[in-house]
This record gives sequence, C-alpha cells and structure tokens, in this order.
Amino acid sequence: MTYLAKSPWIIHYDASSCNGCDIEVLAALTPVYDVERFGIVNTGNPKHADVFLVTGSVNEQNREILKNTYDQMADPKVVVAIGICAASGGIFRECYNVMGGIDKVIPVDVFVPGCAARPEAIIDGVVKALGILEAKRQAMNDRPAATRKPAGDSV
Amino acid sequence: MEGGYLVQIIQLLLFLILFPLISAIVLLFAGKSFDTSWIVKISALGIGAVSLYLLAVGFDKGLITYAVSSGPVDLVMIIIELVIAVYLLYLGIRHKKYSAVILVLVQAALILWFEMTYGRHIELSYNLFFDQLSIIMALIVGIIGSLICVYSLGYMETYHQHHPEIKDRRRMFFFLLFAFLSAMFGLVFSNNLVWILFFWEITTFCSFVLIGYSQTEEATNNAFLALSMNLLGGVAFAAALIYIAAMDPSGRLLELNTLIHSGYVFAIIPAVLISFAGLTKAAQLPFSSWLLGAMVAPTPVSALLHSSTMVKAGVYIILRFAPVLTGTTEGLMIALVGGITFLLASCMAISQSNAKRVLAYSTIGNLGLIVACAGVGTYNLMWVAILLMIFHAVAKSLLFLCVGTVENRIGSRDIEDMGGLIERMPKLAVMMFIGMAGMFLAPFGMIISKWAAIEAFITAPFGLVFIVILAFGGSASLFFWCKWMGKIISVMRHQENLETGIRPEKWAVLYILTGLVVIVALIFPLISSALIEPFVMQIYGETTRLAQANITIMLLMLGLLIIMPFSMLFTGKAPRMAPPYMGGMTTEGGMKYTGSMGISHDLVLSNYYLKNYFGEEKLFMTGTLVCWGLILIALIMIVGVIL
Amino acid sequence: MIPEPYEAIVKAIIYLLLAPVLGGLIAGIDRKVTARMQGRVGPPLLQPFYDVGKFFEKENLVVTTTQNFYALSYLVFMAVAGALFFSGGDMLLVIFAFTLSHIFLVLGAYAAFSPYSHIGAERELIQIIAYEPMIILTAVGMYMVTKSFYVGSIVQSTTPIILYLPGVFIGYLIVLTIKLRKSPFDLSTSHHAHQEIVKGVTTDFAGPNLGRIEIAHWYEYVFLLGVVYLFFAWNPFIAIAAIIIAYFLEILIDNTTSRVKWQMTLRSAWLVAGTLGVINLGVLYYLRMVVVP
Ligand code: SF4
Repeated sequence: MTYLAKSPWIIHYDASSCNGCDIEVLAALTPVYDVERFGIVNTGNPKHADVFLVTGSVNEQNREILKNTYDQMADPKVVVAIGICAASGGIFRECYNVMGGIDKVIPVDVFVPGCAARPEAIIDGVVKALGILEAKRQAMNDRPAATRKPAGDSV
Repeated sequence: MEGGYLVQIIQLLLFLILFPLISAIVLLFAGKSFDTSWIVKISALGIGAVSLYLLAVGFDKGLITYAVSSGPVDLVMIIIELVIAVYLLYLGIRHKKYSAVILVLVQAALILWFEMTYGRHIELSYNLFFDQLSIIMALIVGIIGSLICVYSLGYMETYHQHHPEIKDRRRMFFFLLFAFLSAMFGLVFSNNLVWILFFWEITTFCSFVLIGYSQTEEATNNAFLALSMNLLGGVAFAAALIYIAAMDPSGRLLELNTLIHSGYVFAIIPAVLISFAGLTKAAQLPFSSWLLGAMVAPTPVSALLHSSTMVKAGVYIILRFAPVLTGTTEGLMIALVGGITFLLASCMAISQSNAKRVLAYSTIGNLGLIVACAGVGTYNLMWVAILLMIFHAVAKSLLFLCVGTVENRIGSRDIEDMGGLIERMPKLAVMMFIGMAGMFLAPFGMIISKWAAIEAFITAPFGLVFIVILAFGGSASLFFWCKWMGKIISVMRHQENLETGIRPEKWAVLYILTGLVVIVALIFPLISSALIEPFVMQIYGETTRLAQANITIMLLMLGLLIIMPFSMLFTGKAPRMAPPYMGGMTTEGGMKYTGSMGISHDLVLSNYYLKNYFGEEKLFMTGTLVCWGLILIALIMIVGVIL
Repeated sequence: MIPEPYEAIVKAIIYLLLAPVLGGLIAGIDRKVTARMQGRVGPPLLQPFYDVGKFFEKENLVVTTTQNFYALSYLVFMAVAGALFFSGGDMLLVIFAFTLSHIFLVLGAYAAFSPYSHIGAERELIQIIAYEPMIILTAVGMYMVTKSFYVGSIVQSTTPIILYLPGVFIGYLIVLTIKLRKSPFDLSTSHHAHQEIVKGVTTDFAGPNLGRIEIAHWYEYVFLLGVVYLFFAWNPFIAIAAIIIAYFLEILIDNTTSRVKWQMTLRSAWLVAGTLGVINLGVLYYLRMVVVP
C-alpha cells in the first residue's frame, strides 16, 4: 500500500452534464458519505488532484478545457468518467455539437455507468481507480526519468 | 612619526575636497574635441581610491582637528555665496518664483549680517576635522558618488538620444556632479560651522540646477520647490550661526566639536535650528515633497542626491548633534518627526506604481528612521543610525541605477511594466532583487539595523512609541518591496531579451554596487568594530554591538541564502512544465486565455495598491500637519530657552 | 551531560527531527476534531502524513523551475526560524527568519504568473503585514517582562508572563488565527476557498513542492504554539494546557465563522495590535521603565 491510495484528491469537472450526475458527485462528497474517511479531498485544482471526475459529454466548447485540465494534473493520475453521457455521449450523443464520450479527448481509466450514476457507484468507481493509480505509480517509477515522455506537454 | 600621519591625513582631506572641484572645472572648460569621459572615469577612480586610502590610514586615529588658516578662504566663500545668491535671484525673478526670491534675500542678508558684525572678528583655529563618522561619510560619497558619476556617462548619452528635445548640457551636468562631490567632502570634513553652511548651500544650489536639468516646466517648478525648502533650512542654519556668534564673541563655539560639548543650555538652540535645516535637507515630512518632485531629474541625479549624498548631509548633521539632543524634549520632537515620516512614507509607498516614487518614499522613510534614532540620540541608537546610513546608501543607489537602466531599455519606470523582467533582463532583475533584499530582507543590512533599533529603543526614553512605529512601518515597507519583487520575478515566457546594448561601464558600476550590497552585509561586524564603535565610544564613552552569537547566525543565514539558488541545479525529479491554472482556459503556454466567443485575451496581472487605505493625499496631509506641529513645539521650546 | 555550547545545537536538531512529526499530528488532530464538529467521522489521525507522502510520490509539475527553489527556501527558512526559537535564540531574529521564509512562499506564487496564485500572493502579503506588528510587539512584551529577547532566558523566567501581558496574549491569539490559515482570516489559501481563488498562494505548486510547503506548515505550527508556551513558561503543565485550549479555540472559531474580506483582516489585526497590544505594553512600559527603572 502506498500513500497515493490513502490520499486520493479529486477534481470534478462538469463537461456538458445535465447536472444530474453532478448532483450525485456532490452527494458523494457530503458528510453523509464522509469520503474524507478515506483521505479523499475535493480540491478544485488540477495541480493538486490525483483523480479526475468528469460528468457529461464532450463538445466543441469544452474540449480544450478538458484537455488543459487533464494536462495540468501531475502524474500519476486517473480519470473517472461518470454517467453514461461521459461514457458515450448518452442521450445527447446525436446532438450536432456533441463529440461523444470524454475518451475522445483524454484517456479514461474507469467508467461509472448510470443515468444518473448513484453515489455508491461513484465511490466504488473511485476505489477502482485507486488500484489503477497504484499500478500507474509503479509503472512511472520503473521507467527511468530521462526516457519518460510527458503526458501532455503544451508549453 | 607622530606628526607624520597628521600631515598625511590633512593632505588627503584637502585632496578629496579640491580634486573633484578641479575635475569639475576641467570638465566644464574642456574643449569640444576632447573626450571628457576619460576625465570622469579617472577622477572617479581617484576619488574612490583616495577615500579608501583615507580609510586605511585613518580608521584608528580618532578625532583629529586641523588648524587651517581661514582668512582668504572665508573671503572666497562669501564671494561665491553672493554670486550664487545673485544668480538665484535672477532666475527666481525670471521664473516668477517669489517665495524662493524672498528666501534667497533673507538668507543672503543673514549671512552678510553675520559676516559684517561677527565674522570679521572671528578667527577660528580648527577649521577642519576628521573622525570615524567622517570616514564613513567620505566612503559613501567617494565610492558610491563616483560610481554614479561613471554610470552617468552612459546614461546621459542614452537619455539625450531618447529625449532629443532636451538641450544637451552635459558639460554643465558633469561639472555640477563633481562640484557636488567636492561640496559633500567639504561638508563632512569641516569643523567650522560657517564652512559647513557654505558647503551646505553649494549642495542646495547644485541640486537645484540638476533637478531642473531638462528645463521643462515641471522640472523648473520642482527645482524651485527643492530650492525653497532647502533655503528654509539654510535660513535656520544661518540663524543658528548668528545666535552662536552673538552669545560667544570669541567664536570658539562655531567649531562643531566644541559646540556639541558645550552643554544643553547653550547648544540646544543651534542644535534645534541646525537639525531643522537637516530635516529640510533630509526631506522629512513637511518638506518631503521636494524629494518626490526631484524625481523628474535624470536617474543618476536621483541616485546621487537621494541615496548617497544630499539627503545624507541632512541626517549627517543631525547625527552630529545627537549627543546634544539626547534626553531633551526638543530632540524627542525631532525624533518623532522622523518616526512619523518613516511610518507614513512606508505606507504611502504601497500606493505608488511609479518605481522612482516608490524609491523616493522608501528613501524618505529610511531617512526618517535615521532621524528618529539621532533625535533620541542614545549611544546605541547612534550606532544603529550610522549602520542604517551605510546600508541604505549602498542598496538604494543600486536600486536607483537599476531602475534607470531598465527605464532606458523598456521606456517606462512603472512597476506594472516591469513584469517578467527576470526573463527580459535577467542580470538586471537579479541585481534589483539583491538590492531590494538589501532593503528589507533578513539577513541583509536594513533588517539588521531595524532589529538593532528595536533593541536600542526599548531602553530609550519614550522608546515604546518608536517601537510601535517600527513594527507597523516595517511591515508596510515589506509589502511594497515584496510586491515589486514579485513583479520582476514572475516568469512570463516567450519574452525577448532586452539586455543588449547596455554600455560596459554601466555594467561595471552595477556589478560593483551589487557586490557592495552583499559585501557590506557580510562584513558589517568589521565595519562596526573598526569604525562605528570607536566613534560612538569617543562621543558617549560607551558603545554597543550585536551579540557575537547572533552575528554568527546572521552570517550563516546569509550563506544559506547565497547557496540556496544552487539547489535548482539538483532537482530530484525532472520537472515537467505546465501552464498556470486558469480554469482550463489557458492557451499559448499560459500567456493568454480563451474568453467568451472563443476570443483569446492576454493575461494581465496587476498588483494591489490599496489606495483607499494608503492613498497619498490623505496621509501626506496628515503627516504634514502633525510634523509641522511637532517642529513648532520644538521651536517654541527653544524660544522659551532664549527667554 | 551535554556540554553547554552544544546544547543549543542539540536542541535545534531535536526540533528539526521532531517538529514535523508533532506538526503533522497536530494537523491530523485538527482535521479529526473539525470532522467531529461537523458530525463526521473524519480522516485517520495520520492522514496529513499520507498526504505529504503522496506529494512526494507524484511528478514534479511546475510552471517554472524557479518554483522548486522558492518552495525549498520556504521550508528551509521556516525550519531555521523554528530551530533558532527552540535552541533559545533571539526572538527578533526568529521573527525575521520567519518573515523571510514567508516572503519565499509569496515569491514562489508570484513567479508562476498565474491569476489565482497572484491574488493569493497579494493576500498573503496583506496577511503578513497584518500579523507582523503584533508578533513584534509580542517579542517586545516578553522583553519588558523578562529583560531578555532570548527565548532561552524567557523560558527560564519564573515570572508568570501571561499576568503581565494579557492584552498581548489575546492579540497574539488573534493573529494566530491568521497564521494557522483559519477562518475568518483564511484569505490567501485555505481548506475551503475552492471557488473563489482555487487554492490561492499554493494553486500552482504541485507534487513534491506542495509537500515541502506542507512540511513547512508543520514546522510553523510547532513554532507558533511554542510562542504560546512562552506566555505560561513558568509552569509547563499550565503551558501545555494553554496550548491545547488555544488550539481548540482556533478550531472552534474556524468552524463557526465565515471568511471576511482582506480589508477587515487588515483592519482588525492592526486595531488589535494597536489597542490591546500597545495599551498593554504602554502600561507595562510605564510601570517597568518609568516607575521602577
Ligand atoms: S448520464 Fe444522465 S444524469 Fe448523467 S449527465 Fe448524462 S443525462 Fe445527466
């Protein structure tokens, strides 16, 4: 067990959700579930976060933002796509401006299905993501620093 | 053997007074075809070297007075003073500055009266003197002053390229600079108060012409403002001379070193009058506006007048009278003027975005602190005051010259335009950084003095007032320095390097001054034990210093600070660069962001100026009123003493 | 026994080693108590250590590499300030080192050229100028009671300092709220201010740099509470009780007040320093320096 899994800080981004999934994400963060028990903190800042929660589908307006936010997270990091919209575009899939699920823009590690996804499912998804986070950390350590290619350097 | 060094030192003193004067005259009359820059450089080198040599031969000698026959010299001085007065009258009438005209007349009348009634009968035996404080002042003037002269060479050339509308009067300019240095040396080596007044007036006159150099309306107005305020001090100075001469027809008390030991009852009146003159010259609060106005002058002039020489003359003379002022209510009033000036000037600097005004306010504030120390005037505060003077002179001259260089290159002296200087002019930014650190960061100079000041005030009468002032004023100064520092070190990428085309002699001067800031912080215990402590000992019979353990810790901290930047070479993990967080809207590496309608905007960040809290108008008015009140109390009290 | 000159060094080393442990525990207790006050279970006691451990597992993500230098300097000088304090050094020197370390944090935020960091930096500066006078007056007050600026002598004084400096103590508690980054004065960075300025001064620090800043905070906690100890130094048991009560009060205030604007912060801090502090010192000054010199 490493520290990473004991202290997953999250950032939540609402791509173009109908707000249904957002409400559920926030519900999971309320004292009822008290996720701070697991060291989870909602940071609102990609630079401090380890887990990227995204609700809603990607469209022309938010594609860049999603990408930027992802790039500004320090490795190792995981992405959890919440709700069916984030997975595939959901009921908005056919809209003229919707590109589809967020995996069109950034790599997704865990999909949490549901319309809307339930808080328990979201927490479950985050816990799954922690396993992946740990694997990524090991992979990162195994790779020598010099050959490591930055995930998304935009500078 | 005994007399050997006496002769040697007097030769050095005379050299330091006369050599800059000779250079000045040569520069004024050198033919057009002659390359004057060599004269400037060689003279500067000579002055600096001789000042250092003076240190080497004189640091352990204590107070020495010199008998120089004064008859012909006095006559020459009177003639020069009258010529200057006539010239000022002419200018005053031409520009319709009648307050200045009146002050010139009053002062000329006072001086003539003095000469006619008393001066003729007085033959002073010891006109020149020399002690450790003189050495310190000579070093400040001789090293920093001459460095600034060298710097001016390059600066003025660029200045005239940028301002073709301003008439090129560079001969005059350099003549005045060197005349100024000569007057400063005269001032610090004179024991005869009449001579001190003469040199005092010369500095006033030189600064008047230098401030008005560009001959624009603003410059002329500000020059006259400076002139009037300094003349006001000059009038008080002349009045002090008349009082002394009237009370003591032998004239022995016109010698500074006898006067300050002549006891409270007699000495307090000239002490207050001359300290009043010192307040005007050091731009303390009711008179601060002249120093702010003087910022219209070319930057080396600001550096020369406001960091190392002119204003230092003001605090120098108050320091000389500190032993008289100590423990008196009059002294306390003068100290309070200084203290309030420090507090308010530090606060007002927060609201300024013009770099030179920030420097001006900080100068006024720090001089206020020195005046506060001198006014309370206990032995340990005297020690602090001298230390402050040294540190301030070095760091502030560096900052003025840095701002001047930046202004030359980017065409603005606004702090908001200095964003990302670390990318655009890396070397200069580092120098500015060091200069600012010298002004407010531990373990550099000013903070050492601030610390010593707190420890010294705590045992002084009414010291608590000053400690409170220091606590608040010190915090305020931290704010404006730090936000300025933050501005220059913010890393804005993709900037072109503007650091080209700066002349090598400018670089040399900047490097030397930067080095001095660090060196002075490193060797201040040495300066203290070799110069300041013997001086304080000789005046008060006791002295002070920082505890050895603390000095060691300070030096260790300084060492740590110097090696810290090298930590950047050993970063554990290879860093990955990412643009700053801007809600995901960043583009172009963080220099722009996408706004509504997909339009991309430049990212612009400005500092806080907190105008509602630290606005100039309100604070300046309050300060002027309060300080006038304090000065009036002091003046009324000495009138009481006379009656 | 340890010979005299080395005693200070040994104390400094003990501080350097133990303070992060103690500071981290304090932070953990803080989070736990806060959670309980909000009717939650809260994180494990060792959570702050997990967090910092994690920061060092992460990638070194920077806006500019100079941030590494500023974050490290912040940590180093904070540790120096605390080590000087606990080895019995001069209070004023400690305060200057303490200020110096904060300047590095602020400069690090400025260096990033980022809107949120920038606002955080400006606010942090306002906080510094808000609390600094009061801290200096605290040191001066201690001097007036014990005739020494050295922590070593202050701590050995048998005078109950608190009885002479009640006003200064209250003033110190108020600026302690600023220093512990607690509501209502958590302007520049906080655990709560997500929406408005993200994380303020620390927004653009990530990974190991954030870890360094967090460790510096731990050093800082221990140092700040050490100053509380000095007020009660004549009796260690009371002193420790006072520290616990003071810290509990800070948590309580944190959870029951909402954040104020910087104007209010600056004004209240200066007002407190200017009234409580100055009046307290004034009376003491009069008694100590004028009546019985
Ligand atoms: S998945 Fe359903 S609830 Fe979630 S954002 Fe899409 S439409 Fe809304």
